[in-house]
Amino acid sequence: MSSDDPRQTIRDSTAPSTDTRDARMGEGVDDRFNSKLREAFGTSPFILTKFDEFMNWVRGNSMFMLQFGIACCSIEMIHTYAIKHDVDRYGAGVPRASPRQADVMIVPGTIVSKFGPRMKRVYDQMPEPKFVVGMGSCTISGGPFQEGYNVVKGAEEIIPIDIHVPGCPPRPEALIYGILKLQERIKNGESSPVVVKPYELEEFGDLPEDELVQKLASEIDEDDLVMRYNWADSP
Amino acid sequence: MSTGAEADVEADADLVHDELEGVIGDRALARDDHVNAPGFVVNPDDVQDVLVDLRDEAGYDHCSCVTAQQYDDRFETIYHLKKYADPTDEVSIVVPTSLSEPVSQSAEPVYRTADWHEREAYDLVGIEYEGHPDLRRILLPETWQGHPLSADYDQEKPQIVTLSEHANPLEPDHRDPESDTMFLNVGPHHPATHGVLHVKTVLDGETIADLEPDIGYLHRCEEQMCQQGTYRHQIMPYPDRWDYVSSGLLNEWAYARAIEDLADIEVPEYAQVIRTLGAELCRIASHMLALGTFALDVYGEFTATFMYTFRDREIVQDLLEDLTGQRMMFNYFRVGGVAWDLPEPREEFFEQARDFLDELPAKVAEYNDLITTNEIFQTRCIDTGVLEPDVAKDYGCTGPVARGSGVDYDLRRDDPYGYYESLEWDVVTRDGCDNYARVLCRMEEVEESAKIVEQCLDLLEDWPEDDREIQANVPRTLKPDADAETYRAVEAAKGELGIYIRSDGTDKPARFKIRSPCFSNLSALAEMSEGEYIPDLIASLGSLDIVLGEVDR
Repeated sequence: MSSDDPRQTIRDSTAPSTDTRDARMGEGVDDRFNSKLREAFGTSPFILTKFDEFMNWVRGNSMFMLQFGIACCSIEMIHTYAIKHDVDRYGAGVPRASPRQADVMIVPGTIVSKFGPRMKRVYDQMPEPKFVVGMGSCTISGGPFQEGYNVVKGAEEIIPIDIHVPGCPPRPEALIYGILKLQERIKNGESSPVVVKPYELEEFGDLPEDELVQKLASEIDEDDLVMRYNWADSP
Repeated sequence: MSTGAEADVEADADLVHDELEGVIGDRALARDDHVNAPGFVVNPDDVQDVLVDLRDEAGYDHCSCVTAQQYDDRFETIYHLKKYADPTDEVSIVVPTSLSEPVSQSAEPVYRTADWHEREAYDLVGIEYEGHPDLRRILLPETWQGHPLSADYDQEKPQIVTLSEHANPLEPDHRDPESDTMFLNVGPHHPATHGVLHVKTVLDGETIADLEPDIGYLHRCEEQMCQQGTYRHQIMPYPDRWDYVSSGLLNEWAYARAIEDLADIEVPEYAQVIRTLGAELCRIASHMLALGTFALDVYGEFTATFMYTFRDREIVQDLLEDLTGQRMMFNYFRVGGVAWDLPEPREEFFEQARDFLDELPAKVAEYNDLITTNEIFQTRCIDTGVLEPDVAKDYGCTGPVARGSGVDYDLRRDDPYGYYESLEWDVVTRDGCDNYARVLCRMEEVEESAKIVEQCLDLLEDWPEDDREIQANVPRTLKPDADAETYRAVEAAKGELGIYIRSDGTDKPARFKIRSPCFSNLSALAEMSEGEYIPDLIASLGSLDIVLGEVDR
């Protein structure tokens, strides 16, 4: 068959195949296409949208949370996952134990100097795109422990945060509201700009030589990852 | 207290003092009595000698707490000793050391529990202990500069924290070339560690050859916070955040008891009944969480058991919210009483509470069907994580952990406070010494707590309306006498929660030390898990029921 010879479906009537399909479908309107997708995108079984928008919509409706308990707030976070509050209703109820399987991280509690580098590492291990919900006053400002010599004044010193949920601890309802707000933002394709944070993991050898670095030089290897902790300098 | 009883107590106390003076002899340099106990000042070189004699001759087998602090002219370490048989029989051994050379003999060879306590004292205050097997920082990062609770610490100075041990956990050098062992990190971000605990394990095959819990990932300076707050109002919100598994009222009671003892405040009986009611509700909620997460740990039960325990916790939290206004961080106790009376209409509150209590036996039966008769559960728990009673005492274990090992020790009965003395209930002990015994112990304690709650409800319902005094008359600014010191403990959900307060005559404490039950209980983990399989470590960790907020403070 040469290319100047039109195919049969174009040359002939399409009626036979249409009839066959109609006969198979039977009388009335077919409900095979009446899915949630169709409701969301209109009456046509076909979606005409930008791929990005579609992906954002999918992402927002299927968030895999990181199972990440730090302090008091984690108890309320567990309550949010558990019976009664059941955040699974909003498509966000399967906590993943590994950061590599998660795309939303709820930071539920006080970050102290020793935990800061670990949290940064966990965040770095999550695949892009990733989102963070800061739960409780401690992740906003250090909360009731702000004055503590060992407390990082807010998780945002270390990682970018999309949604802050205030409270000490926030009620499960408040966390659900925060999660819904995050879904809304993801669906709209928004996320917090990633900026350089005051607390960064860097190699010890890259730190500017000051008194403290010289003092610790015998204890820490050049290529060890370290984080500078400075209580006085953070706002 | 009536005067007759007081005279008796004093006579008893004198007898005890004479006996103690006999044991310690001329090693006692001076007396330094605390409000709760006689205190003896001893030389830093005599510590082990004196403690051995006190343990073996006088029977002080419980080193409850080690407090370190700095005065203007000296450092001081205080060993708070008690007897497991009678916790009201206390003695404090005070060990002063000079500012220029703060070195004191370690008590670790006498009481194993002193190991972690002295490491903490070294970390936060800066006293060095001679003969300590492993004197390193415990709460703060290894590279930290200075000792934050010492007088010359400058909080404004920058610090550097490393991440070296997590650089690459799968690197082949984690395998020891000399032997067949392998190094494995568990945590600090791990679903089975109940928070941010880091356990360094050395494995021989699947067996644990060596284990070291690394804590401090939630050290949020609770002691500093309390030292910066005024006695009257500013300290009370913090205890809620020590053991945050809804045991807030139990923790608040620890502080309330210590300060009421120090400032000599008598709490009205009605308030004591409300306190007892709230505290036992908290205990139920806390044990429910321990049960649910333990089921999650040992056979991955995210569905039935876990959800059921959280269903019950929600009910208790609703009751507590009605009572206090908050789901978790209650801030309900006040120095000398409670913040407000039961919620109006009272009948509704009583009805809801009684509904919960009526349904509880059926629920407990269901838990037993689901968990304790489950073969997988029994295989995982029976004879794993064995903690012998002597070892438990040596490590200062208290609460359900000690009672699961047959140590009959419950401060609610042995050192009565609140309204417990006038109520009918039993202390639950189990002789199994294993994970199974500890879990059963908690489940039975839930039933005992329910009994207490029921009796409190009866009392409150019949309480005459014109006698509902919820707070004693406490001055707006509390200033206990200068240099008054006390150590007071209550039975929190996890065990003996003690508070040491030293007053310097101002409205803020000069030293506020928290003796947390989880801290001591966790130090026994290595003893329980070495030689067992690594899944048994997870079960043991779950049955210890630690809360990192309380371990690290």
